[in-house]
Amino acid sequence: MIIDIHRHCITAPKALETWRNRQVAGFTKSAETPRASELRICRRIVGPMRSIARISAFLLSLALAQPLLAQTQSVKIFGLVELSGTGATSGTNFNDGVKLAVKEINAAGGILGRKVEYTASDTQSQPQVAKALAVKAIDDGAYAVMGPVFSGSILVSMAETKRAGIPNFTGGEAAAITQQGNPYIFRTSLTQTTAMPRVARYVKDNVKAKTIAIIYTNNDFGKGGRNVFMKALEPQGIKVVADISTDPGQLDFSGAVLKAKQANADALFVYTNEEEGARALRELRKQGYDRPIVGETVLASQKVIELAGDAANGAVAHVGLSADAPDPGIRAFAGKFQKEYNYKPDHNGLKGYTGMYLVKAVTEKLGKFDPKAFADAMHGIRLSAKEYPGILMDVSFDKNGDLDRESFMVKVVNGKQEVIATLPPLSSGK
Amino acid sequence: MGDLLQLLVSGTATGAIYALAALGFTLLWQASGTINFAQGEFVMLPAFAILLFLGMGAPLWLAFLLACAVAMALLGATFKRVIVDPLIRHGVIPLVIATLGLSIGIKQTVKGMFGAQAHPFGSPFPADQFALGGVNVSYADIGTLLLAGLIVIGLQTFLNKTITGRAMQAVAQNTDAARVLGIDVRRMVLYVFLINAILAVVAALLSAPTYLAKFDMGDSIGQKAFFAAIIGGFNQTRGALLGGVLIGIMENVVGFYVSPAYKEAVALIIFLLVIVFRPEGLLGKAEERKV
Repeated sequence: MIIDIHRHCITAPKALETWRNRQVAGFTKSAETPRASELRICRRIVGPMRSIARISAFLLSLALAQPLLAQTQSVKIFGLVELSGTGATSGTNFNDGVKLAVKEINAAGGILGRKVEYTASDTQSQPQVAKALAVKAIDDGAYAVMGPVFSGSILVSMAETKRAGIPNFTGGEAAAITQQGNPYIFRTSLTQTTAMPRVARYVKDNVKAKTIAIIYTNNDFGKGGRNVFMKALEPQGIKVVADISTDPGQLDFSGAVLKAKQANADALFVYTNEEEGARALRELRKQGYDRPIVGETVLASQKVIELAGDAANGAVAHVGLSADAPDPGIRAFAGKFQKEYNYKPDHNGLKGYTGMYLVKAVTEKLGKFDPKAFADAMHGIRLSAKEYPGILMDVSFDKNGDLDRESFMVKVVNGKQEVIATLPPLSSGK
Repeated sequence: MGDLLQLLVSGTATGAIYALAALGFTLLWQASGTINFAQGEFVMLPAFAILLFLGMGAPLWLAFLLACAVAMALLGATFKRVIVDPLIRHGVIPLVIATLGLSIGIKQTVKGMFGAQAHPFGSPFPADQFALGGVNVSYADIGTLLLAGLIVIGLQTFLNKTITGRAMQAVAQNTDAARVLGIDVRRMVLYVFLINAILAVVAALLSAPTYLAKFDMGDSIGQKAFFAAIIGGFNQTRGALLGGVLIGIMENVVGFYVSPAYKEAVALIIFLLVIVFRPEGLLGKAEERKV
């Protein structure tokens, strides 16, 4: 049996074998080397085996052609996700979200009749690995790339997807990602810049605070968020009476909390990473802090609630996405996710799920698979959840790839997020 | 004034945890000339042992006792037998390097087994608080102070009033003379290692509820314990207590009146001042080097 590079299959005729054997023997005794002209194959010598050979060759070619056929028809989506390292929680959530969406899309007939083929690879939470994996995804013919979730990783890896002209959806929330004029990068969540004004508005309208104390972590994330928040407070006329910096990885928050208590502000804004947030909440509880505690996303996240225990109860935070949102679509998603993966999705699970459905929605709107046209169409697009149920919430994208949609204020009650208010998108003018 | 009192109370509670770790530090030094740079990890490991036993369904008190047993076997007897005994005759430096290595080893093992994320750790005390003369005092702080105080008083009584305790002191003061007097030196040294392990478990029980159990939680505690021991006087158990509480209070005071950002530097600054102006430590006695 001979299979050539085009995956054509033929049975090797006896005459070829004889000739080849003579040629091989000729390597040691050159006198026996046959001449090329002596190799003559005509159909007749295939003999009585012909029909059997033909049928088996046909069957084999079918079997070989099967994946080839599927390959041309399926759409390749690659996930660059944090499955190990510091970002394992975020990456696993995001990845499982995408996987759930792919499963549903395929069950419903795929995108424009083509099946989705999703391949996830682990960035180990490291930017350089993410970059290498992005190159591989492009080589393997990606139609779109999902992830990474970590801002540090996407900032590096998106250079590759940009060069190749492939749409790249990220879970990262750092402002810088969409400020570099990359036409192929799209967010799956709000950013500090879009979220903080909503928090400030909530502090004024609902908490009715005139003064506020801030505890933040002194790293890029914490300080960046604190700066944006301070700016957002100005138009609301809220005065910052205590601006308390803490270290990344700080263990003991007694001094910071005492200072916050001492400031006697109407409310407290806590903006730290997960572990520090939990420690701060524990210390606040220990010292009996009784004013409203407000945060953004992290403060009411599943991990903080788990670490802080009872001390998290009562904390209020703005979240762009919440599995507990009072929306039948999101509730249904959370149920399916829990059933499939046996844990409760956080905001990153929603990012992955809605991101994958965005790929489907926009491609179907276009009616063709064209990465460049896809990216063009994304800018300024407005999609309604009524028309495309998978995206769960109405969403719009601006020219930078930033998205805008409703968000929620949640309160931790008995160790669970409870949505207390739904905030309109910024573009609604409210 | 209320502020200052508040700072004193919570600072003393934090300091008590440092003091427990520092106490073990000085005891090891006095009895066997061991400087244990893995002391922080000796606190971290029991925290995870307690978590493990809690995970198996044991109540907190049982988990604590089991962790004590594990710590005495592993961080007491095995540590002495496998690391200290073979290395101590080569002098202090090889042992210091060995404990530094041990510290890294323990950290990475715990990271490998439990992951790099922090784990929640329940408090043994109620979360409430009460007002006392205008100061809000939490049960956690009071409980920490009481438990740490009890341990310290118990230890002092044991060392001063019992024959075994006095024998241990004798070993610490002069090993040769103790041996001549018929004291089983090796046994006494082993006791010190076991006591150090128990102190570490108590420090773990008291610190993990607020610090959260994490593979690198020992870094800060071990460092503070070392500074506290030097500040108080390495050859005085009372010195370790003073050093620990002093650091705890000063950290809180500086964190409040100056800035939380400078809090972590406090122990280092006191340490430097002590080294320059009173190298034997606040309560320490200048010591002739044993040859």
